[in-house]
Amino acid sequence: MTQSVVIQVGQCGNQIGCCFWDLALREHAAVNQKAIYDEAISSFFRNVDTRVVGDGGSISKGKICSLKARAVLIDMEEGVVNEILQGPLRDVFDSKQLITDISGSGNNWAVGHKVFGSLYQEQILEKLRKSAEHCDCLQCFFVIHSMGGGTGSGLGTFLLKVLEDEFPEVYKFVTSVYPSGEDDVITSPYNSMLAMKELNEHADCVLPIDNQSLFDIISKIDLMVNSGKLGTAIKPKSLVTSSAGAFKKRQEKPFDAMNNIVANLLLNLTSSARFEGSLNMDLNEISMNLVPFPQLHYLVSSLTPLYTLADVNIPSRRLDQMFSDAFSKDHQLIRADPKHSLYLACALMVRGNVQISDLRRNIERLKPSLRFVSWNQEGWKTSLCSVPPVGHSHSLLALANNTCVKPTFIELRERFMRLYKKRAHLHHYLQIEGMEESCFTEAMSSLSALIQEYNQLDATKSMPAEDLPRLRIAV
Amino acid sequence: MSIVTVQLGQCGNQIGFEVFDALFSDSHCPQGLCSKRENEAYQASCKERFFSEEENGVPIARAVLVDMEPKVINQTLSKAAHSGRWKYGQHSCFCQKQGSGNNWAYGYSVHGPRHEESIMNLIQKEVEKCDSLNGFFIIMSMAGGTGSGLGAFVTQNLQDQYSNSLKMNQIIWPYGTGEVIVQNYNSILTLSHLYRSSDALLIHENDAVHKICAKLMNIKQISFRDINQVLAHQLGSVFQPTYSGEGSFHYRRNPLGDLMENLVPHPEFKMLGVRNIPQMSENSLAYSTFTWAGLLKHLRQMLISNAKMEEGIDWQVRPPLSGLPTLGKMSLNKEFHFNTSIANLVILRGKDVHSAELGAFKDPALYTSWLEPVHAFSVWKTQRAFSKYEKSAALVSNSQFLVKPLDMIVGKAWNMFASKAYIHQYTKFGIEEEDFLDSFTLLEQVIASYCNLGF
Repeated sequence: MTQSVVIQVGQCGNQIGCCFWDLALREHAAVNQKAIYDEAISSFFRNVDTRVVGDGGSISKGKICSLKARAVLIDMEEGVVNEILQGPLRDVFDSKQLITDISGSGNNWAVGHKVFGSLYQEQILEKLRKSAEHCDCLQCFFVIHSMGGGTGSGLGTFLLKVLEDEFPEVYKFVTSVYPSGEDDVITSPYNSMLAMKELNEHADCVLPIDNQSLFDIISKIDLMVNSGKLGTAIKPKSLVTSSAGAFKKRQEKPFDAMNNIVANLLLNLTSSARFEGSLNMDLNEISMNLVPFPQLHYLVSSLTPLYTLADVNIPSRRLDQMFSDAFSKDHQLIRADPKHSLYLACALMVRGNVQISDLRRNIERLKPSLRFVSWNQEGWKTSLCSVPPVGHSHSLLALANNTCVKPTFIELRERFMRLYKKRAHLHHYLQIEGMEESCFTEAMSSLSALIQEYNQLDATKSMPAEDLPRLRIAV
Repeated sequence: MSIVTVQLGQCGNQIGFEVFDALFSDSHCPQGLCSKRENEAYQASCKERFFSEEENGVPIARAVLVDMEPKVINQTLSKAAHSGRWKYGQHSCFCQKQGSGNNWAYGYSVHGPRHEESIMNLIQKEVEKCDSLNGFFIIMSMAGGTGSGLGAFVTQNLQDQYSNSLKMNQIIWPYGTGEVIVQNYNSILTLSHLYRSSDALLIHENDAVHKICAKLMNIKQISFRDINQVLAHQLGSVFQPTYSGEGSFHYRRNPLGDLMENLVPHPEFKMLGVRNIPQMSENSLAYSTFTWAGLLKHLRQMLISNAKMEEGIDWQVRPPLSGLPTLGKMSLNKEFHFNTSIANLVILRGKDVHSAELGAFKDPALYTSWLEPVHAFSVWKTQRAFSKYEKSAALVSNSQFLVKPLDMIVGKAWNMFASKAYIHQYTKFGIEEEDFLDSFTLLEQVIASYCNLGF
């Protein structure tokens, strides 16, 4: 079994990361009743004998002593990381796996990328090498950051180049939080645009998220919970947003509910690799199946169900509803409507008491309403994991490589252009050593090229699928 | 003579377990409907073929388990040990930490050479346990990365290292609607490579077995376990012991050799399909009786109309009248088409088996013209009933069964290849566009050859 390392960068990245580790502990505690350190846990945690000083403390088998997250925490101001280290999760993090500074990046990608990048390159390399050494077989780096700020955006994407050079065989999955329309950071379009170029060139897979969609999902849940429409009560632990029953009690902070959704996304993404099932899906299969061309590696995700009702025997209609919801635009984690755009590929990762016939029935049922690109008419990748998430009897994560990401990118470009035309705030960037105007124009071209790729694919949407003439054999 | 099974990847290992379980359960089934002596001879023959003995009496499957990640093998080993009735050898498995990522190129070009020595050593050890080796079963899927890519690599190695032994690949044909997006690429690469290095490809289609589970077994929520058990039942009905000849009561010692000799007369035609009858849930079994005439009539019609199971058979399909020109070359688009065979093998198990009348299978109209029916058709029998079915019949056929599925896979792969989608994932590991083209060429040739059988 393989291991993954999570690298959380910046305020957003670290807050999401914190929720992730909390829920991961909860999930493993629920599955692993005997507290034996097994391969599933080892994918994200080390087992350490804390009595041993220095590095020798790792234990590979047997009872769980003390679990340490395979994580590197990076932030250029101390507030968030300090809070984590003083909070209930402090024992989960290895204090040596932190990189912090005091001044922060000032919401400036150039500061994060160029200044702190070069300042901390050695340290970053050292921490990464250390975490890789602790792994038997390192398969994947999960980078969590936001696009709109300075640290997550700038330093987070600087990291990608470092990872690519130092660990060329390890996959890089990036969870990026894109700024919403009403973002209060004025320079977020610049930061996001500059970060996009790095994501285009150095990430293997990007899972874009936006706050507005997360917020809408939460509102929807609140509405359902409070409306009393539901006959029976909702199971307390089952809200995809809740940390109820979490391993350590944390004070619920404002973004917690939203961050929990992203944390659940990452847990579900890796569930089939960690736990057994009748049709496993490893992390390297995600990239293999969902990335038909290297540049088109942006995956729109949706999680269902958002909550479970207390009745134990779920009729299959409820199960089918779960599949339908996965394709509705209300369940996507970015503003996107996959049903009315073109699919390049789609992955359905199912957890819990669901069998192959349920999966097939729903694919047959939903296929007619979805449009797939002509050369991938049956572009489905499926997996069945036997272990459901905590509080649910089954769940579904859908990952779509779909042209519905295009609007997000087009909007980003427009917001960027509005600022750039007036050259507003540009001097903050250009005064940083290593930054020139060409950085901006190159980033723009990169994004435009990407949008053009999606446009070309969309143009084929209305064309009938023609079969190409096959090779003729002289008999 | 013994058969050594190599189980590759998640699919191969999950199915392999069910196969050994089915073989063991059947051979120890009390309802053999025959004399005690007969039963013991059957058991002994099955044991020699598929199991070796351990000191404390628990039989060990003659199998090597290979997977590039540990979860499935661990599960398989513990399931077998748990049953207490048989198990896998302690040191019979080879496992790595990271899978093949559904990438044929990775399975074939990276894992293959890297682990060649270890895997071949394991197989060698298993072979040494056999008094005499009949040949190999290689159980693998086409859709994934390990079963398909590493499976092709291992088969090639077996050809080099054990050139005198026979190899039959049990290939799992994926569902038409994706399990894996790149399954068509993986499939064509697998089939083209196996065509060069394997002796026979026994194909099992997920779609067909799924329908059997739904319609005949009446299973509501079908799991992979259900599918694998039906598949194991089909395999068991072919490879459990049968008498060595007409009038003989000794069990056949060279099933693989006999099968290849009967069914694969020409290296251009290696694709075999399997059908069996009856197939039903245990509950229904108690209330059913069968006659050989009825079973064989259905089985024959399943053969000529290319039905996958005994329900929904198209009785309109008739063999062409001899003397009249055939209805033209097989068109892949025609619905009701007559399935021309090269060779067929029927296996009968159960009560009064010697009274079964098989003349209808010897009709020359069923076969292509370049083989005499006496060479094209063979039958294996045993009185000993199989797996609680009082009478059962299986058919292994080298015929046009698989032309349509093969044509579909090649078509879809070709469309995807034309757009170059996903190709970078393969070229990364040394499989170039040329390799794809070679595969397409070979398979188009196979399709054309099978299509022309009607002449």
